[in-house]
Amino acid sequence: MKPAPFEYHRPDTVAEAVTVLAAHGDEAKPLAGGQSLVPMLALRLARFEHLVDVNFVDELVGIDRADGWLRIGAMTRQAAVERDAVVAADAPLLARATPLIGHFQIRNRGTIGGSLAHADPASEYPAVAVALGAEVEIAAAGGSRTVAAADFFLGTWTTALADGELLTAVRLPVWSGRCGFAIEEMARRLGDFALAGAAVAIRLNDADDGVAAAGIGLFGVGPTPVKARRAEAALVAGERHPAEIGRLAMADADPTDDVHATAGYRTRVGAHLVARAVERALAEARGGQR
Amino acid sequence: MSILGNRVVRLEDPRFLTVGGTYVDDVPLDGALFVTYVRSTMAHAVISSIDTAEARVAPGVVAIFTAADVDLAPRPPAIPMLNMAMTRPWLSTDRVRFVGEPVAAVVSETRAAGVDAAELVFVDYEPLPAIVDPESAEQSEVLLFPDVGTNIAMDIGAMMGFSPAPDFFDGCDVVVRQRIVNNRVAPCPMEVRAAAAVWGPDGRLTQWASTQNPNALRDSLAEAYGLEPSQVRVIAPDVGGGFGAKTGLSTEEHLLPWIAKRVDRPVRFVETRTESMLTMGHGRGQTQFVELGGTRDGKVLAWRNVVLQDAGAYPGMGGFLSFMTRLMASGVYVIPKVEFGGKTVVTNTTPTTAYRGAGRPEAAAAIERAMDLFAVEIGMDPAEVRRANLIQKDQFPYATAMGATYDSGDYEQALDLLLDAAGYRALRDEQARRRAEGGTRQLGLGLAVYVEITSPVPGPEFGGVEVTADGKAVVRAGTFSHGQGHATAFAMIVADRLGIALEDIEFVQGDTDLIPTGQGTMGSRSLQTAGVAVAQASTQVADKAREVAANLLEAAPDDVVLDTASGNFHVAGSPTVTRSWSEVAAAAHADGDGLRVDIDFTPEGASFPFGAHLAVVEVDVETGRVELTRFVAVDDSGRILNPLITEGQRHGGIAQGVAQALMEEVRYDEDGNPVTANLADYAMISAAELPSFELVPMETPTPLNELGAKGIGESGTIGATPAVQNAVVDALSHLGVRHVDMPLTAERVWQAIQSAGEKA
Ligand SMILES: Cc1cc2nc3c(=O)[nH]c(=O)nc-3n(C[C@H](O)[C@H](O)[C@H](O)COP(=O)(O)OP(=O)(O)OC[C@H]3O[C@@H](n4cnc5c(N)ncnc54)[C@H](O)[C@@H]3O)c2cc1C
Repeated sequence: MKPAPFEYHRPDTVAEAVTVLAAHGDEAKPLAGGQSLVPMLALRLARFEHLVDVNFVDELVGIDRADGWLRIGAMTRQAAVERDAVVAADAPLLARATPLIGHFQIRNRGTIGGSLAHADPASEYPAVAVALGAEVEIAAAGGSRTVAAADFFLGTWTTALADGELLTAVRLPVWSGRCGFAIEEMARRLGDFALAGAAVAIRLNDADDGVAAAGIGLFGVGPTPVKARRAEAALVAGERHPAEIGRLAMADADPTDDVHATAGYRTRVGAHLVARAVERALAEARGGQR
Repeated sequence: MSILGNRVVRLEDPRFLTVGGTYVDDVPLDGALFVTYVRSTMAHAVISSIDTAEARVAPGVVAIFTAADVDLAPRPPAIPMLNMAMTRPWLSTDRVRFVGEPVAAVVSETRAAGVDAAELVFVDYEPLPAIVDPESAEQSEVLLFPDVGTNIAMDIGAMMGFSPAPDFFDGCDVVVRQRIVNNRVAPCPMEVRAAAAVWGPDGRLTQWASTQNPNALRDSLAEAYGLEPSQVRVIAPDVGGGFGAKTGLSTEEHLLPWIAKRVDRPVRFVETRTESMLTMGHGRGQTQFVELGGTRDGKVLAWRNVVLQDAGAYPGMGGFLSFMTRLMASGVYVIPKVEFGGKTVVTNTTPTTAYRGAGRPEAAAAIERAMDLFAVEIGMDPAEVRRANLIQKDQFPYATAMGATYDSGDYEQALDLLLDAAGYRALRDEQARRRAEGGTRQLGLGLAVYVEITSPVPGPEFGGVEVTADGKAVVRAGTFSHGQGHATAFAMIVADRLGIALEDIEFVQGDTDLIPTGQGTMGSRSLQTAGVAVAQASTQVADKAREVAANLLEAAPDDVVLDTASGNFHVAGSPTVTRSWSEVAAAAHADGDGLRVDIDFTPEGASFPFGAHLAVVEVDVETGRVELTRFVAVDDSGRILNPLITEGQRHGGIAQGVAQALMEEVRYDEDGNPVTANLADYAMISAAELPSFELVPMETPTPLNELGAKGIGESGTIGATPAVQNAVVDALSHLGVRHVDMPLTAERVWQAIQSAGEKA
């Protein structure tokens, strides 16, 4: 086998999972769809003494709507999110983001919880989570807690999850009213992580075309998904010029150079993608009542 | 009616698509140990010590070897034109020259044990400055081989008497000049490199290998181990692609028999994808300084190309390939004056090797890019500039200034077919419309008219046909199909000449005990060499069989006819009394020495397929993103035996050619660390990035062989790359962009638009 040796655990419940995680502290890691973790183990970029496979924990799977929130279990596969009618109706931004993740083979295994916990800054789901104002539910041996998406992502591949904690679900507020959603990204090839991207949600006033609420999540342009607060505020304040909103959004971003693109290019393309996504979201919102 | 020319579905595919092939890694080998190489993590360093103590006692480890153990002489480059003093050790001795170079070999009971133990081998490196950029290699004080005193591995200009004539461009109204980077790419066959070595009790070596040329591998192993070729058996089972990179003999495979002997057990080595990206050998890696001069009315008068070829750390096939670039320098054009110079240098990077096209794509890319530069400069349509300079069809055989003799062709017809099929005029109108509108998505058209050389290496090739006692046939070949479909192509030739059903024809290749000689498959050579041998052997088998049938039919052999439609023999004029193949074969085996003919066929010369490609791209001028929207290709590889197979070759080749132009590039950081060593970072192209190709047929037979066939394996990478590059530049030419180096990533294209804007 290519990874360094590890001990394999296979809990059936969240309670069992967090007990094993607690017992091994920073030497243990949950294994979800394995689409990010396994390549890192195989390349020996990461190594853990204990892998806690949560693929058999049924209570972590499922999509439910209650009290204006959509709750999606951590082990719900990306492919299930992609096909789900409730998600399509109540969280269109999440539904539209999903086909942009990797290839269908990856989405068949990859999970929503894994995507959030892995916290790749170029990932779509984390950006959608900050755009919509999602919350993540976290369980540990000592109890559970809820963290706002905006506070969850701390750095590249780093989150508010502590050793021994398990992400159990994500809760997305249902945006209702005159809403529009759009996601735009640029990747080298179909299925690649984005060089830059923007997920946008907009709600218009019922009475006029003023923006009641705006959520903009950027990806690929910083160490974490970026909540473009200045651009959101400008939209609510009446700014409509797409290029200006793009520029404001990138003022909150912090892109860096890597082998695939320079920071300067990411900034340029990011602004452009924000502008396009905002235009599309506004057009959809104007188009009608949701 | 002949089966030849029909779309016969490949006979080998049902097996690949159902049970799957058998690759080296699948071959059962009792008691085989696994070899894992410890690889250099530094691009250039002196090894001060190697500590294997901890690894030696790790679980499952049988032995560990370093250079100090290996009593084989270092190998000079395999090609004599290269600097023979730049030898390569089996395992690094005092110095490493690229990341990935094998430093030690761990032999273990299991693969996992080997990977774990390899991590426990501690190599102390004293880093040296690395040479990554070939353009700095010649002048650099850093030397990869200090004893040799230079980083120049070959001086093709000096060898071929290049000295730039001062009056070279006299008479030219216009001279265009450009530095062009032909980017380094990775071959990425689906199956990585794998090999196994087993010594028999009789002292005979059996080597299993994922190779393109088993017989050459046998001879080279025999030489390395001081054996007679008959004491070595090479078996190549199914091989999952090679693209040229599996022609040479890798250090990793070559050392296996030595290791097997030392541990007295069979050993096997299968690299990982990352290892493959680091060590299999890269293609291209050529920087070209081109100058083209001509008249304002479009006549090209003088063409000079001076190339700098990157050999990587140890010069080999890749370092030599500029000879092919030189041979094909002037492409499809009549050019009164041609000069070609250049050098090959070593750098602290993966050695370069042959990769689909091997030196010819570099030639086509240079001249086709230069033709477009020239066209823009004189304000003429690129199609018309090309037309004005094409070699005419009545000029064949055509001898070029660089010493090639093109066998046959009709380049103008290829161009006309292309322009017609594409609707070139309408596309130009659409381009003009979009430019006038000034929208964000601009249209670009890119042409390449190409000629290439196939079967470039002279010499005989083996092909044999046997009809067994049951009336079925066995066809043998010294080429080696590793994806090309020879089982189908060669069976079709036999079926055509003998009237034996395809399903009754067995195909044998890849075992040197069954195939006495052979050059293998590279340079698009197989059909025009082994295929012709098989055709001739079939004819001779038929002659033999007619003699046997004559006996059975109580007639003179000259009066006996083989009806290939029914597979029966009869006397001319009386088709009702027949003898079947099984009757004739049974008699031939019972009474005589059977029905087997083996042929070594030596072609009269290399053949020169040609064609014309058109790429249509849309470029988003706000982001630089390129979308290839159409790709039209006329490829003429002589007579087509099976269009399904040649179309498959064209598809794959075009995809790889587009990939080089748009996205693929092997890159290193300034310290020589590879940054594209996996398929996430290295942007290998996929179907999603490609349109459906529009393939236009054209067949101009070669007079060089009785099948009339040339090679088709590499045309795609030769025409497609410059067509796509030209298209992208064309989309932006009205903005002042004249050249963008490959790969044409969105960022690069966007930068080119920005700097053109700043200049304007
Ligand atoms: C070729 C390829 C292309 C891809 N392209 C994209 C893309 O374009 N966009 C994109 O967003 N992703 C992409 N991915 C990544 C993919 O979406 C992964 O599925 C996802 O990032 C991780 O989900 P997983 O379920 O596979 O998690 P795993 O790989 O199993 O785990 C990832 C990390 O999260 C931790 N983790 C997982 N679940 C939990 C949990 N419930 N609680 C706490 N920690 C947990 C693991 O311990 C590990 O550290 C790609 C992957 C591949 C292989």
